[in-house]
Amino acid sequence: MLEIKNLQVALEDEDKQILKGVDLKIEPGKVHAIMGPNGSGKSTLSYVLSGKDGYEVTGGEAALEGADLLDMEPEERAAAGLFLAFQYPVEIPGVGNMTFLRTAVNAQRKSRGEEELSAGDFLKEVRAKAKSLKIDAEMLKRPVNVGFSGGEKKRNEILQMAMLEPKMCILDETDSGLDVDAMKLVAEGVNALRSEGRSFLVITHYQRLLDHIQPDVVHIMADGRIVKTGGPELALEVENNGYADILAEVA
Amino acid sequence: MALAKLKSDATEARLAGLTLPDGAAWSNAARADAWERVRRMGLPTKRDEYWKYTDPTTLTAPDATEAALFHHDEGPLFDAVDRLKIVFVDGLFDADASDDLSAEGVEIARLADAMATDIHWAKDLYGVLEARAQKPVERTLAALNTAMATDGVVIRVTGKASRPINLIYLHKDVTSDAVLHNLVKVEQGAEVTLLETGPAAARFSNSLEVEVADGGAFHHVRAQGRDHERRAVTHCFASIGAKSSFKSFTLTFNGVLTRNECVLEILGDEAVAHVAGACVGDGGDFHHDDTVFITHDAVNCESRQVFKKVLRNGATGVFQGKILVKEGAQKTDGYQISQSLLLDEDSQFLAKPELEIYADDVACSHGSTSGAIDETALFYLRSRGVHTDDARNLLTLAFLAEALEEIENEELADELRDRLEGWLARHS
Repeated sequence: MLEIKNLQVALEDEDKQILKGVDLKIEPGKVHAIMGPNGSGKSTLSYVLSGKDGYEVTGGEAALEGADLLDMEPEERAAAGLFLAFQYPVEIPGVGNMTFLRTAVNAQRKSRGEEELSAGDFLKEVRAKAKSLKIDAEMLKRPVNVGFSGGEKKRNEILQMAMLEPKMCILDETDSGLDVDAMKLVAEGVNALRSEGRSFLVITHYQRLLDHIQPDVVHIMADGRIVKTGGPELALEVENNGYADILAEVA
Repeated sequence: MALAKLKSDATEARLAGLTLPDGAAWSNAARADAWERVRRMGLPTKRDEYWKYTDPTTLTAPDATEAALFHHDEGPLFDAVDRLKIVFVDGLFDADASDDLSAEGVEIARLADAMATDIHWAKDLYGVLEARAQKPVERTLAALNTAMATDGVVIRVTGKASRPINLIYLHKDVTSDAVLHNLVKVEQGAEVTLLETGPAAARFSNSLEVEVADGGAFHHVRAQGRDHERRAVTHCFASIGAKSSFKSFTLTFNGVLTRNECVLEILGDEAVAHVAGACVGDGGDFHHDDTVFITHDAVNCESRQVFKKVLRNGATGVFQGKILVKEGAQKTDGYQISQSLLLDEDSQFLAKPELEIYADDVACSHGSTSGAIDETALFYLRSRGVHTDDARNLLTLAFLAEALEEIENEELADELRDRLEGWLARHS
């Protein structure tokens, strides 16, 4: 599904290398987790994959189902099936959540040469999916993320994911700022989307999210590289011993 | 004091070829008075403080500058709205294209007919609010309009008007120089919606004097047409009575030069006055100026000014807005916001917000901002698959939303929103 080879990325404005050669291969239907201390480059990886400005790829490649991601505009990546659930979802005053969702869904369908969803079909689908995430009609009407609590914003991210039905979902610290109940709700939303054709990359500091979204593979990232890869037990090791031991071991 | 030479030259040159229209004694007197005001004050020049950001030369010149007609395939605005249509072509009333000038709750007459009638209520309104609004700032172009207006309508609202009245201003002659003057008298407890649409003329001078009696409501929605080369100066004067409501919204597309002045006097307690505008301009020759002056002279009143401008490819936007709270106008709630969205580095927005307050128990606030498209929001939309241009347009519409929300009638607001969407799609 997603294949990253020796990806090297620097900040555009300053001469600072963030990713120093990341290798990662995610098979269809698999859930990978990336854990790592602050500043290890986890969020940068998610931004570079989704096409945010301000980063310069200095080497390596990244492909989604064989197509070169780094060559595409952000909207092309989305249409190709990539989705990033933001760590800090953006507030957009003046744009209704529903308008936003419909615009996004139809833009992607159009890009793929599919028919736009009719207003009625869209409404039906969004209501059903919103309900399972406990997003009420009021939240759908409000401007995108404006006045939403931390938990509501994250649930709104998952709703977008559910509506857009991407192939490759990247969750950037989706657990940050969530209490246990909100995290469970978000995790249930994610788990409901797990399927054979859909892969996930879950970026997190803590193991606790991975109790709810069980990964197939866990990677540890440090200083711009993936330094260790293992099964779910690796997350438990981090939980019990912190990163220090692992980092010392690979140093 | 004698006028400065530049000013007196401009004034004499403009007045040289003009003759006052003839009517009933009262209207001839009103025109003659206005003519005197013009001579005394002189026409504005770019040296005037009040015209510091907008060059009035083409508005005061003896002849109108040619303005090419703009052909587009959009149907007439508000076509689906059940409204009373009054059509002017290049500033001349077109009886054939207009509906019968009658509707429940209103009495309508042509200005020329009213001005030829010896005894008419229009006597107490025509040029009266304009003359009063010449202090503290001179608005000579409005006085010139009072002196010279050739057509228009006078509307007396006696009850709840059964449907909106739509003044439709068509532009068919590339050199037309139209001067219209409209009066609206909203009597106690009466209500009306006035729509003004269309480009009107190559050069358009339009005055609207509105008197809202106690408990009355006046809603005004205006869309200034899309012709690129047209020039317009408009004045809206209103006196607002107790417990009444005055709401005016203007949408402007294109135009080489537009100066919209709005002068409101709140004279009765617990009244509400809102004036709002949105404009979209593309190109270095686009110049749009909103100049607003609201006087609070009663207690417990609310006023709002909400102006938003989208400027691209070197367009210029101007806002001059003032709230004057007179002594004793306690519990005044005044709000003013003017904002521009600059879509490139060549466009500019010039804002002069002013507050002058002589009462001690008031809440007045004002703000003015200029900014670019929010790149973070843009990326967020793109990351969801929305194309860059569409994402920009969505954010641009969102920026204008606060001004459009000032329109109470959803049907009208939705149609203007659709037009804006179309404009943005064509200009991105």
